[in-house]
Amino acid sequence: MAARPEQLAALVPDGALLALPPDYSMPSMAVVRELILQKRKNLRLLGVPVLGMCADLLIGAGCVAEVESSAVSLGEAGLAPRFTEAVEKGEIKMRDATCPAVHTALQASEKGVPFMPLRGVLGSDLMRVRPDWRESVNPFSPEKDPILLVPAIAPDIALFHARWADEAGNVWVGRRRELATIAHAAKQTFVTYEELKPGDMLEDELLAPGVISAAYITAVAPSKRGAWPLGIAGVYDIDDAHLAQYAKAARTREGFQRYLEEFVCTAAKSYSPASSPA
Amino acid sequence: MHSREELLACVVARLIGEAKHVAVGAASPIPATGALLLQQKNPSLKVSFLHRRKGNPFTEGSRELFDLAGQGRIDVFFLGGAQIDGEGSINLVRAEGRRFPGSFGSAFMYSVVKKTILFREEHSRRVLVPKVEFVSARGTPAALLTGKALFSWQGSRFRLESTHEAGDIRGETGFDYDAPPHVPLTAIPSEQELLLLRGKVAQKIAPDYPDFAKRVWG
Repeated sequence: MAARPEQLAALVPDGALLALPPDYSMPSMAVVRELILQKRKNLRLLGVPVLGMCADLLIGAGCVAEVESSAVSLGEAGLAPRFTEAVEKGEIKMRDATCPAVHTALQASEKGVPFMPLRGVLGSDLMRVRPDWRESVNPFSPEKDPILLVPAIAPDIALFHARWADEAGNVWVGRRRELATIAHAAKQTFVTYEELKPGDMLEDELLAPGVISAAYITAVAPSKRGAWPLGIAGVYDIDDAHLAQYAKAARTREGFQRYLEEFVCTAAKSYSPASSPA
Repeated sequence: MHSREELLACVVARLIGEAKHVAVGAASPIPATGALLLQQKNPSLKVSFLHRRKGNPFTEGSRELFDLAGQGRIDVFFLGGAQIDGEGSINLVRAEGRRFPGSFGSAFMYSVVKKTILFREEHSRRVLVPKVEFVSARGTPAALLTGKALFSWQGSRFRLESTHEAGDIRGETGFDYDAPPHVPLTAIPSEQELLLLRGKVAQKIAPDYPDFAKRVWG
């Protein structure tokens, strides 16, 4: 089914466990802005495995109750200011993770098993703040071999942007195949895309390896430059100047509100070529 | 003359030493520069930047990096911390009431990668503490390199190996460590290293770290 970004956003209920990719792996910023406009509440964000501006916007706008992630930062642009303040003031609940634990928990869902083991981690204080992670022993080892077990995570919704969708309902994410794991594990997957391709990309041997099959996709919506101000490798780069501008503005609540008014609340403006420079 | 960044990159290259595959995580221009410098001397060295924007080495994102590491296919990785303590533990979560981004993959990488090099430019009592407030990760470091000094790891304690310039390292370090009676100065970059850094390495770093390349090499 083809929709508009605001229609995809309307399908995300308050309180949903929403899985999002890092800023370098094609978040659907078009739908994120719509979630803010629609005043979504109590979202629980899952960073796969880390989050950036995408999550900072939602947190600053008051859409988020809880975050599970291995980190939240703006990368080269510095700390994620709205996330940092919200955690320091106790306004949101933070469930600290470590990257491979998030991937592994999604892979467990992908396989339909209740948990999966992972090396490392046991000496970390993360074990204290994550009572849902269990230390166990390798049942196949003759020596005592402690190992971490993480429970499967099945997000309510996976949300990301893609280079192409096709007439068969598939989407193409290229080398960003970790997005397929999120789609495989989630109960519903919503995708915005740059361009529509005629036909079925799974019939093209060169495109097929970068395709996520329509079997996993709940709904798609066209959105030109839908990742902006983030990027898609080979199509448009991350808008570093805009990210730096955001990092500066969002240091204060007032600055963040002004940012929202300029780039999110004025919907017509946020999608115009003038505010999303090539 | 060389810059501090160039000196640190040369130390990083020496610390990597014999390796087949070095991986570099987020926001690490100096470790990345050191790895590329070593690659100029040893072209068979594989260097993977997790955040390479064009021609990224992975086709399954960071999951692939962690899977490679879990199998022992990554020889060297770099970790830093808002706090680093004398037991080699790092804290990327919170300190003095301030929240930091989070542990990233450190809790896993520190224990599975063969050689972990701790790197943090800031050398102060604020960063180098007796005991971290939150252990994001613990493990066995190969070395700790800061903007002022190089420490080796002696099984349970750090040992000061060299300082990059004369200064009061003991006074600026919050944890106790061993030191020889006379601490040498860190070896400075050779002419050949500077040529490589300012030529091919600078060219290769610029696309992923434009601000850094501009600051260091103009």
